[in-house]
Amino acid sequence: MRILVAMSGGVDSSVVAALLKQQGHEVIGATLQLYDHSGPAKPGACCAGRDIMDARLVAEKIGFPHYVIDAESRFRDSVIESFADSYARGETPVPCVACNQGVKFTDLLTMARDLGCEAMATGHYVRRVEGPTGVEMHRPVDRDRDQSWFLFATTREQLEFLRFPLGEMPDKAHVRALAEELGLDVATKRDSQDICFVTNGSYATLVEKMRPEIGGPGDIVDEHGNVLGQHEGIARYTVGQSRRLGDIHTGTGERQMVTAIDVPSRRIIVGPRQKVIHDESRRIVQLRDMNWLIDAPADGVRCGVQLRAREGLRQALIRPLEGNRAEVQLEEPALPAPGQACVMYEGERVLGGGFILA
Amino acid sequence: MLHAPPSQHNLLYLDANATEPLRPIAQQALNEGLAQLGNPASVHTAGRKARVMLEQARKQLAGTFGREADSFVFTSGGTEANTLAVHGFGHAIGRPILIGATEHDAIRKAAPGACVIPVDQNGLIECAALETQLASHAAEAGALVCIMAANNETGVYAPLEDIAALCRQYGAHLHIDAVQAAGRMSGTDPFSQAVASGALVGASLALSAHKMGGVMGAGALLLPEDRPLPPLLPGGGQERGRRGGTPALAAHLSMAAALVESQQQEWSRLQILRDELEAICCHAGAVIMGRDVPRLPNTVSALLPGVAAQMQLMALDIEGYCVSAGSACSSGKVARSHVLEAMGQGEGAGQAIRISLPWNVQAEHVRAFGQAYSRMAQRFAERGLLQNNRTTS
Repeated sequence: MRILVAMSGGVDSSVVAALLKQQGHEVIGATLQLYDHSGPAKPGACCAGRDIMDARLVAEKIGFPHYVIDAESRFRDSVIESFADSYARGETPVPCVACNQGVKFTDLLTMARDLGCEAMATGHYVRRVEGPTGVEMHRPVDRDRDQSWFLFATTREQLEFLRFPLGEMPDKAHVRALAEELGLDVATKRDSQDICFVTNGSYATLVEKMRPEIGGPGDIVDEHGNVLGQHEGIARYTVGQSRRLGDIHTGTGERQMVTAIDVPSRRIIVGPRQKVIHDESRRIVQLRDMNWLIDAPADGVRCGVQLRAREGLRQALIRPLEGNRAEVQLEEPALPAPGQACVMYEGERVLGGGFILA
Repeated sequence: MLHAPPSQHNLLYLDANATEPLRPIAQQALNEGLAQLGNPASVHTAGRKARVMLEQARKQLAGTFGREADSFVFTSGGTEANTLAVHGFGHAIGRPILIGATEHDAIRKAAPGACVIPVDQNGLIECAALETQLASHAAEAGALVCIMAANNETGVYAPLEDIAALCRQYGAHLHIDAVQAAGRMSGTDPFSQAVASGALVGASLALSAHKMGGVMGAGALLLPEDRPLPPLLPGGGQERGRRGGTPALAAHLSMAAALVESQQQEWSRLQILRDELEAICCHAGAVIMGRDVPRLPNTVSALLPGVAAQMQLMALDIEGYCVSAGSACSSGKVARSHVLEAMGQGEGAGQAIRISLPWNVQAEHVRAFGQAYSRMAQRFAERGLLQNNRTTS
């Protein structure tokens, strides 16, 4: 079939494209140009990022067409700006979810359909399983590479059209070996790290540059408003973190953690860790922008939830609410960060998820 | 003579304005140049022979435009020729620079602070606006005016005689980017006529070999007369001190051969095919840019309302048709066309593709493309992308 492969220029998506071509499919490679590699100082400037060229070389070597899609302004608006907005609301966003949801699985997928493709493949580590009641999303075989948490917002309609060949790979070494076998120059290319559009300095520096009003120091206070210390900018903090609190731990005699970020007053609110994590009132979490990969059960579903990218499952009951929201009743108290995702799992299967509200 | 078809490995090549297929006669000249031992600057026998070949090509090229050989400066291509003109006639002597709104980046990037003269909806320079600007600089030593003879995206010819007259009246130097027009002179087109009438006698002209059917990597700046020009590359003082560096002998020989042959070509043959193709595109829902004004005989700028140019290029490329859009940057991404923006196309500036017929195109190629284009437009219409009957002039 005619299949569009979203190629980043890295080893994973290159292997996907080459494998599909080898299987006899009509492959069309597409690389999204998401930002100007010469820096935000030169909007719209011409560029030829190394990754784009790597993808192009793979396409030429294997023998299929490859195109560069200008997604700069869409990426800026739908991912980078909303990333900064989210921090400016005191949240901790997950830009990769926004990118998969919008630029990749909406825009690029529509383009694939417009070009007469029957499917679109990516190099994500997640499995698409044809279940008895329709297509399902599962964790990949290689659990170390599991990207299902970042893909929870994929709709069932999108999932129907998508293919994730790497979900079945035993491990990354296997993928690299395949790349080697296929003669791809990217076989030894290092994995991409962190947030792709933060190319120099920290994400906080970028956010403070984009939203100067939230930059600068402020007070760290306890739940009663007593000032315990100073912080270096609210964008540097996430609900649940204990780092970057200076000598407050020793000052108060207890290990503290961030419980809330108050944007108008630019205050970081902390509480004693032991007390906070056992606080029974912290068992209810509200979610927005729910994406259900099962028919949303009116009475709710009891399953495991994952509240951060790298974290274990917690047991909970999730009940759908009006306005595409949901309420999570956790069995044990937790301190999820607003803006992060709450993803529901039943065994290997992703049932859906939503974004955590403050 | 034998015409190589513009297809290769099941590709159909309709992107002549990006680069023309190499003319066999240019390839022959190229081979002769490559076979010649010696640097044209050397004093020994081999060098002198090489020099003679270079000078014969120079004389032939300059003669085509009715100029003396020593007014002809070989460069590495059109961009260098344009940059050298902007530098030598503009920056280096502090002249104010006026450029057309639809100029190629070779000019736009060479003169970033230039005053931009608007074009009308057909892409024609607004001569009244040009005159206003020229008048405001009249007290100074005169301006440098850079205008392209024919636009690379739409093929639209500039009103060259009017512009030249204004430049003479206000003492401005006129530089013509003739990269697209020079290799497609039919004798009756506005560029040929402006050359023949002597209207451009005081103007400098930029040329590029591969847009005529020669090889890439060669071009020239034709000066009004043999005169000094501050060089961009002083180097060893070649080209009478106006462009240092060893000239690409073989490439320049190919340029001379290509230009001569291009002037013997029956361009009306392409124009008929072009008109047929435009009718097909229009029937499929496209709007042709600049359709009512004089244009290059080989160029179609077809705007398909509602469909991103990128999508059109991809859909056609998958079927094996090589066409282009706007200005492709080095990464291959398709940018919006500043040319169509200047012509007031707004959103449409990202929805037009350029089909430019190569010198050796055959009728069946054009018809095959017409069918592919219609199929594509039909598919996009079925997908709900195509906006119908947009009103444009």
